[in-house]
Amino acid sequence: MIKRVLFRNRLLPYLLILPEVLIVFVFFYWPSAKALFWSFTLEPPFGGVAQWVGLDNFRELFSSPEYYESAGITLIFAFWTTLISMGLALLLAIFVDRVLRGLVVYRTVLMWPYAVAAPAAAVAFQFIFQPGVGFFAFLNDIWPGIWDPNIVGADAMAMVIVAASWKSITYNFIFFLAGLQAIPRTFVEAAALDGAGPTRRFVTIVFPLLSPTFFFLLVINVTDSFTEGFGIINVMTQGGPGGATNILVYKIYQDGFVGLDLSGSSAQSVVLMALVVALTFVQFKWIERRIHYAE
Amino acid sequence: MIERTPILNAVTHTVLGVGLLVMCFPLAIAFVAATLPYEAVIDVPMTLIPGSELLENAARAWERGEFATQGVNSVVMTLGILFGKVACASLTAFAVCYFNFRFRMLAFWLIFITLMLPLEVRIVPTYEVAGNALLPLQQLLEVLWLTDLVAWLAGVEVALEWNLLDTYWGLTLPLFASATATFLFRQFFLTIPEELAEAAKMDGAGPLRFFFQILLPLSKTNIAALSVIMFVFGWNQYLWPLLITTEPDMRTLVMGLENLIPSEDELPEWNVAMAGTLMVMLPPIVVVLVLQRWFVRGLLGGEK
Repeated sequence: MIKRVLFRNRLLPYLLILPEVLIVFVFFYWPSAKALFWSFTLEPPFGGVAQWVGLDNFRELFSSPEYYESAGITLIFAFWTTLISMGLALLLAIFVDRVLRGLVVYRTVLMWPYAVAAPAAAVAFQFIFQPGVGFFAFLNDIWPGIWDPNIVGADAMAMVIVAASWKSITYNFIFFLAGLQAIPRTFVEAAALDGAGPTRRFVTIVFPLLSPTFFFLLVINVTDSFTEGFGIINVMTQGGPGGATNILVYKIYQDGFVGLDLSGSSAQSVVLMALVVALTFVQFKWIERRIHYAE
Repeated sequence: MIERTPILNAVTHTVLGVGLLVMCFPLAIAFVAATLPYEAVIDVPMTLIPGSELLENAARAWERGEFATQGVNSVVMTLGILFGKVACASLTAFAVCYFNFRFRMLAFWLIFITLMLPLEVRIVPTYEVAGNALLPLQQLLEVLWLTDLVAWLAGVEVALEWNLLDTYWGLTLPLFASATATFLFRQFFLTIPEELAEAAKMDGAGPLRFFFQILLPLSKTNIAALSVIMFVFGWNQYLWPLLITTEPDMRTLVMGLENLIPSEDELPEWNVAMAGTLMVMLPPIVVVLVLQRWFVRGLLGGEK
């Protein structure tokens, strides 16, 4: 799309787009291409000539049990984070949509977690979930040793899932609420006149009309939990204990920066990138449809 | 609301009340812990009644976390990112909407597709580029043998280098590009009446004058909405600053938080850690709550 009234200038438009295009080229496309290149070579970490090894890095990756373990952990993390966060957000949005009094208060209080930095939320949750001090330590007083995220993998996983879900509820809530408020009241009222109760109305009218928002959020949430768990994991568990919270993104960082395995880390990057691209395409399809609806 | 039965009303407010409690819970606990003296914070079960040492704890966190230096870095980074994003995005969107030039759609898509390349999946090579932002240019020249040509003609070795590690440029420049912001500006420019550009042209205004004196002032509300989102985004940056800063005095507040977490072999002074966490959380929370209307607009608009 373009405006009907245009300006004419041979050089200016190129100058205008230059800053952003340059940055995108240098910091997005170049590194991505580099990751692709590295994933097909054996890259010595301290300089030297790269050696072309074809698909060896990927073969190694897909035959390593650690990788599958990490992928499994990522799936668990993504599944529970998405479920909890979207579930609670939808529930809250439905009820906030119902209230007449106090709407502003509820909306305001539900708004601020979005503004909290993931690592800051992680520090707060880490204190809350400490085994020896903090809010949940009383569990260990009653049943000694029942809760210790520093040692027990499942506890650590539960802890990071809670923190990550809490962090993303607001985003989902805002979109669900906007979606709910866009549903014409007349539909719901007509159904009520015909005798449909609140549950029935939700299942047959509200939810179907909300489904575009739902799918959009689903894709965003899954993509985000693949990529944005980093801050929380790095502060709370560093992938531990014993690799129990070592999600794929964290493994890329660990292998690449700490382990200096550029080729292995790049191969993982490429796989994850492919996954994100695939998910984003699903989302584009959705956006396309929504714009079509709107016009 | 259709049914106004007391039971449904009660259920609504109960669910919402519980929801608010859950959402406030971490902040409330952090706040209580931040107000307690050390002896009280390590008590099990923890008390839920605030103490009186908030300021003392905050002062110690301020000192221990070197918040003065890091605060300056955080502010510079946040404002830098905010300004850079708005400038880059509005210029690009202006070019894409108001000029017809070759590669117009290509440029737009090149920027839009970057949504698919989050930093997390290209960490290591991006770090390499940050070590020398001119590396792509250098390697392109090498591939084209231009470096050899210059060396042969002028006898000078061409070695382009611009190290971004541990600099403010490094903290901000790579985050200037924003697909979301560009898209938002484009959507907005498309809704501006054609007559404005026509009138401006008729009165003899050039494109730049039109952009600065008509388009930008009209975009005020959009810039406000975008700025709230970008402020939160910038302030909360974590992975990127973590990668490219090694010197302690280039760290940002969000990074510095980690140092406040008590390790195994020191006193578990969680009260100080929580006071520090509260301080780091505060600026974006204030911005979002005060500018709530713009925030929701920016968030919803960015996805359209």
